[in-house]
Amino acid sequence: CPIHQCPSNRKEWADLEPVPQDDGPNPVVKIAYSDKFTDVYDYFRALLKNDEKSDRAFTLTAEAIELNAANYTVWHYRRVLLQALEKDLREEMRYITAIIEDQPKNYQVWHHRRMVVEWLNDPSEELEFIAEILSQDAKNYHAWQHRQWVLKEYKLWDSELEYVEQLLEEDVRNNSAWNQRHYVISHTTGYSDPSILNREVQYSLKQIKKAPHNESVWNYLKGILQDRGLSSHPGLLEQILELKETHCSPYLLGFLVDIYEDSLENTSGDQVEVLSKALELCELLAQEKDTIRREYWSYVGRSLQMKYCSDDPSTTSSAPETDRGSASVSVHQETTCNS
Amino acid sequence: MESVSSPLRCFGECHTAEKYTDDGVETVTSVEQRKVERSIQEVVSVYKQIHSLPPTLLRDQHYQYLKKGLRHLSDAYECLDASRPWLCYWILHSLELLEEPVPTAIASDVCKFLARCQSPTGGFAGGPCQAAHLAPTYAAVNALCIIGTQEAYNIIDREKLLSFLFSVKQPDGSFVMHIGGEVDVRSTYCAASVASLTNIMTPTLFQDTPTWIVSCQNWEGGLGGVPGLEAHGGYTFCGMAAMVILGKEHMLDLKSLLRWVASRQMRYEGGFQGRCNKLVDGCYSFWQAGLLPLLHRALFKGGDSTLSLQKWMFEQQALQEYILLCCQNPAGGLLDKPGKSRDFYHTCYCLSGLSVAQHFGNMDLHHELIVGREENRLVIVFSSLQAPSHPVYNICPEKVAQAIQHFHQLPVPVPAQKEGSSACNTTTDHS
Repeated sequence: CPIHQCPSNRKEWADLEPVPQDDGPNPVVKIAYSDKFTDVYDYFRALLKNDEKSDRAFTLTAEAIELNAANYTVWHYRRVLLQALEKDLREEMRYITAIIEDQPKNYQVWHHRRMVVEWLNDPSEELEFIAEILSQDAKNYHAWQHRQWVLKEYKLWDSELEYVEQLLEEDVRNNSAWNQRHYVISHTTGYSDPSILNREVQYSLKQIKKAPHNESVWNYLKGILQDRGLSSHPGLLEQILELKETHCSPYLLGFLVDIYEDSLENTSGDQVEVLSKALELCELLAQEKDTIRREYWSYVGRSLQMKYCSDDPSTTSSAPETDRGSASVSVHQETTCNS
Repeated sequence: MESVSSPLRCFGECHTAEKYTDDGVETVTSVEQRKVERSIQEVVSVYKQIHSLPPTLLRDQHYQYLKKGLRHLSDAYECLDASRPWLCYWILHSLELLEEPVPTAIASDVCKFLARCQSPTGGFAGGPCQAAHLAPTYAAVNALCIIGTQEAYNIIDREKLLSFLFSVKQPDGSFVMHIGGEVDVRSTYCAASVASLTNIMTPTLFQDTPTWIVSCQNWEGGLGGVPGLEAHGGYTFCGMAAMVILGKEHMLDLKSLLRWVASRQMRYEGGFQGRCNKLVDGCYSFWQAGLLPLLHRALFKGGDSTLSLQKWMFEQQALQEYILLCCQNPAGGLLDKPGKSRDFYHTCYCLSGLSVAQHFGNMDLHHELIVGREENRLVIVFSSLQAPSHPVYNICPEKVAQAIQHFHQLPVPVPAQKEGSSACNTTTDHS
């Protein structure tokens, strides 16, 4: 093992007896560790065993982390040492910043940063740092998780909607950014105010016109309207039907199914026409426009039929394909609810 | 039983029409998606030209890869040095899916190794002398249940395991992954899984947990890691499966969840993505597709009479084709997508997903759809929790039943301490 690289070659460790890993006589899933890895962790185990809280222990945790940043036991020990040795937390922030830049998809590094920010009670670097990480990977789940925690904990909402819009400007298909939009609005103005809701609907429709086959925006539109009922939003159905002519997509068709379903659920009186349109769309999606989801759309059609067919339910066969074949079912469908 | 040795969906004329439509607006998302589609197209066209055989699961190659890994791993696995029980579980589960028996000696060695991973204060750690953590705890208990011997069952210290679970329980119903660690919905699944298998559930252990899990369901219909986060396949599976174990699945908006997960199957690739507008990945063959049997059962339990009697609500054939054509390494092992390296995690979850796609089952029915040769058929991952089949634990149903039967003969341990009481600054779990 190269001099200066392994603790066993360094005189400051001479007094400590390393503790080899004991996998037992017939190991399983035995990893062929490098000499350096073995050495560093042999000494780490020794420190742990003695509960040593020293500066050399602190330094060793960095080496252990470099060899395996997912070792949560080492990270925990490092935090214990940070407090016991009253280490400079600003320096720790610099350290964790570098580690995250290098390994941004690791759980432990982000959790560690959160702990240090909490101890310092200082989120002032966070939004900029996270933005930097997101500029390299705009969908990093850990980064978004940390960002949401910072925003909520320290109430730093002021510029977040603006940031979200910037990200959507760069990539309107960034689903994480759409989620963040929902997060920010939910935690600030909320969607109850009609002017806010309308603003969001208009924003969504604008994005749909730019890129009709972007699933995220369709999901967002549904997501913000569904609690109030899709069919209750005035003029929406008409706008979607208009879009159908020039900006059609499987998502638009699915959205229409959702509007019709909501109408069936929440409107009294004869809904035969609406049901018929909904069933026709489910059929179109299942057979032609969204065949990968054929089983799903068929189920949706059957469910609507079952629930809203005005005939006596006991005479309506709702069973899907059976071993006897579906002929008997479809004939029955034709004579009851015409699509 | 249906065997599809004839037309592959990806050979069909309509398949190319399923490619991504970018509307003339190029963004990072669309560029990346098209790159993947091009690589899939390449794989499919090569397959068309040189293979006259139906798609084949490379059983022997996978077996050799797994057999070796159970004993030895290269230094590339240093990054998983804190996840060795996972390695045991991924490999053992893959072997059981392939119906390859584990020799008694090695099974016993696994037991002894996992015993060394057990923490003195309860739960299992990522390796000997590490701190207990819910993820390796889940993996270790599953691995021991796959082994299924008395020796295996006896390794688990149930009393200490219960106290470990209480020590990571939070007042709001969630669990941290380890002392001083992070919260997310994976922890609830790990806790519910091990507690139900080993019969250590107490009346208060999962108090408020279902409410917390429900709060992770978002506007998209799926679940995020913690409340507010983007819906994600891995976390959604964990949340849903935990709710099924706790008998509270009806508290979720199942219709929205169903719409969300059904929408995660990629129309061109046939596999599943983890989040909307992201890329396909073989591991989601289980995390995402595995939700459909759970939803089927939940809807059935809720009185739904329009459910299919033969198929899950996803394109089973398309998923099998994606796994068999695009996710196999010719030298053994499975992977994320073409161009990626094999690993044991992807081997486990691609195979688990393949099994879900091959087998449909409910109360009385079992229907199979095998793409390619008969020999591609894998063992079922459903487990019967007194009722219809569902892949809650992702170990084979016989092993689940056997474990539950064994541990239910033992009394539920009496909790020695209240929740959250071990939140102290110790370097290790030693008291």
